[in-house]
Formats: sequence, C-alpha cells, structure tokens
Amino acid sequence: MEFDWAFAWSVLPELLRASQATIFITVAAFACASVGGLAVLALRSSRRRIVAVPTAWIVDFIRSTPLLLQVFFVYYILPGYGLTLGPVQAGIATLAVHYSCYMSEAYRSALAAVPHGQWEAAQALGLKRMQVLRKVIWPQMCPVVVPVGGSLMIYMFKDTPVLAAVTVREVLQTASRIGADNFRYLEPVTIVGVLFLAMSLLAAWATRRLERRFAFAARKP
Amino acid sequence: MSKPAQRAISMRAIHKSYGDVPVLHGIDLEVRAGEKVVICGPSGSGKSTLIRCINRLETFQSGSIVVNGTELTDDPAHIAEVRREVGMVFQSFNLFPHLTVLENCTLSPCCVRGLSREQAEERAMCYLARVQVAEQAHKYPLQLSGGQQQRVAIARALCMQPRIMLFDEPTSALDPEMVSEVLDTMISLAADGMTMVCVTHEMGFARKVADRVVFMDQGRIVESAPPEVFFSQAGSERTRKFLETILH
Repeated sequence: MEFDWAFAWSVLPELLRASQATIFITVAAFACASVGGLAVLALRSSRRRIVAVPTAWIVDFIRSTPLLLQVFFVYYILPGYGLTLGPVQAGIATLAVHYSCYMSEAYRSALAAVPHGQWEAAQALGLKRMQVLRKVIWPQMCPVVVPVGGSLMIYMFKDTPVLAAVTVREVLQTASRIGADNFRYLEPVTIVGVLFLAMSLLAAWATRRLERRFAFAARKP
Repeated sequence: MSKPAQRAISMRAIHKSYGDVPVLHGIDLEVRAGEKVVICGPSGSGKSTLIRCINRLETFQSGSIVVNGTELTDDPAHIAEVRREVGMVFQSFNLFPHLTVLENCTLSPCCVRGLSREQAEERAMCYLARVQVAEQAHKYPLQLSGGQQQRVAIARALCMQPRIMLFDEPTSALDPEMVSEVLDTMISLAADGMTMVCVTHEMGFARKVADRVVFMDQGRIVESAPPEVFFSQAGSERTRKFLETILH
C-alpha cells in the first residue's frame, strides 16, 4: 500500500479542524484540572475527617477506574440525576475531574519539597498565612509542579480520543470515519499520528521554557 | 525591681510537651530591654524550643509569655504584634532562594509594615551595608557563601526594625572561617543596644557580649549568671561538666 499524498492533502483540512476540538478540550480541561488539583489537595488535607476521608475515597476511585467508564457515567448516567451535559462539556468536565486527582499529587509533592524553614522564616517576619503561600511557598513549588503538569497535559492530549465514545468529534474519530468512508486508513491515521506528535512536542517545548523561567539562580560562582 | 515597661520578655512557668514527651518543665525567664542573654546547653535541653516559643513558632501547654507588654496567646492579632517586634535568625539561614538579597529584605517591610518599594529598598540597602554585604544586593542567596547568607538573614530581620532579636544557633551551620564574620556582626548589633537572646555554643561570644549566660539541661534552667560568674564559679555540677566539654 503506497502513501497517497493527494488523498492525504485532501483530508488534511478536515483533520485540522477536528484537531482544533482536541486542542480546545485539552487546554480547557487542563486549566480546570490545574485549579481543581488545588481544591482536591485542600480537601484531602482538611483537618476535618468528615471532609478528608471521603475525598480520599473519591480520589482513589477516580484514579483506579478507566477514564472511559467515567465519561460514560457523566454523559449517559448523570442526566438521570438531573445534570445533562453536552458531549464536549461532559468530556471537559470528566477530564478535568480525572486529572485534578493527579494534579493534586503533583501539588502535594511540590509542597513537601519546600523546606519547612521557609514557612518559619516567613512567619517570623510577620507575614500572614496567605502572604507566605503566595510570595514564598508557591514560587518555590512552581519548578516542581511545571514539569509534572506538562507531562499530565500530554497524557490528557492522548486521552482525548476516549471522548469519541460520547460523540465528541475529536480528531482520531474523524480520521477513523474518513478511513471508513474512503476505504483508506493509512493517510488519515498517519496524519493524526503526526498531529498528536506535533501537539505533544509543542507542549513539551512550552514546559521546558516555563521550567527555565521558574528555576531560580541555583548556581554557585 | 525593673519597671514593667523595661521588661522585654517575661516567661513564667512555661510547660511544653510534644505529645506525651515533656520538653520544657516550668521555665521562668525574664529579659530586660537592651539585655543580651546567651542560652547554652546540651542537645535536647530545649533551648531552641524555648526561644521559638517567644515568637510562637512553638506553642506551649501552660504558663505565660509577655513580649513588650503583649501577652502571647492563640489570638492571631497578638501573635502578629509580637512577630513584628521580634526578629529571628535561624541556624540554616532560611533565605528565600527565589528572591534576590534585596528582595529578601524588602518583602516583609512592604507586606507587613506597608512601606513603599523605594522606602523598603532604601532601608534594606542601609542594613545590608551595616552587615557588609551591600554589594551582593542583586545576587541570589545560593550564589553567596554561608557567612554572607547568614549576614543577609540578620539584615533581613533587622529591616523590620524589631526591638528584640532571637538567634537560634546562628553559626552552627557555618564553616569555621566564616563564624567570626557573623559573630562580629552580632557583636556590633549588641553594642548598638539591641535586646538579644542567643542560643549558641560560642562561649567566646558569650564572654564578650552577654549580660547573662543561662545553662539549660533536660528542659530546665539549671544556672543563670553573668559571664564572669558563670565561667569561673559555676555553681552546679552539671554546668561545670558541660563547660568542660565545650571549653576543652
């Protein structure tokens, strides 16, 4: 089977349009997961057991079950309980909640990486808790969170095809449909592979740029 | 009988435990304004815990601490008031690595005392010059030597213009050749009339600067005397044994 460049060229516009949906979903879900991860961490570290323990159970459940299962639940089962979401909304919501659980771990380990002496020095200087977190602790968490967050975002990219199961018109499912319609899968699937590679490489490059920006001068003369 | 206004720190019957393990047993300590108190003792005697109670980095189960007229309770307003007036220098410096030396010194005056950037920087440069690291103002802490970092830490605490300075083994983590530059800074601070409570093993410093040397062992104050008396006529057997080990 030879690669048909003309055919590839002809299906490229449709695939690029579909990849816009993939990118949009990933960016929106990741933004939500970045914030959600902080919320999950706050709940899990709550001193009230009635909050911390159920949160831990839910987080464990979400991390132990397939994303596909969770997407089905949100899209097909939740409407029965009064919450009806469109396919893209359901996809973003599920990805956001799913990855919040992983982001919270990233935040937790970043927090643990900041030496306790930093808290003490800041408090001894009279800074209030929120000031300490914003000005002293968070900037020291960033260099740890950014690489992990970047990896999670790339995993999320690769998870978006799962949303095809709830009728989201993302790029892989579009390729599959084009392949079925034309009885030629080689070109659409190859293009999608290249598109994913390009998006992941871009995310990895952006992550490295951010890492460099957040690294503070740690070199001794 | 010193007037209440002159009592910088007043600690009465302080008891502290970590869970079931008692760490401080009924400590009574008074520090007058302008007084320099050196606290020494073996590891685990509770000396660090004691000074950390003064700015509420540690809590205590019973007793009372009054700092410059403000009683230290769970009330955040009281704690904030005390922390504004009490500066602390740590064994491991605890400089903020993501900020320059200058930014380390201006952070708290801006956030807590409400100074403008310019005012805070002017004040910071003044104190950095005082501890002789002004030329390092735009470097990051990790680019400095240990002795320079500790002097920056002293300047950072001074930028809040506290009335009391606490030192928790400030030279213990330094290479020997850098100890004297930090001690010299502390001696000049003492000469300017700062109230100082210093946990240290540097007995030469104690002799030069201290108004009183306090020896602690197993959570109790065993002996408290001016240096001339403390070093030559220490009353307690335990104190004498301890002095033997550290004065070789």
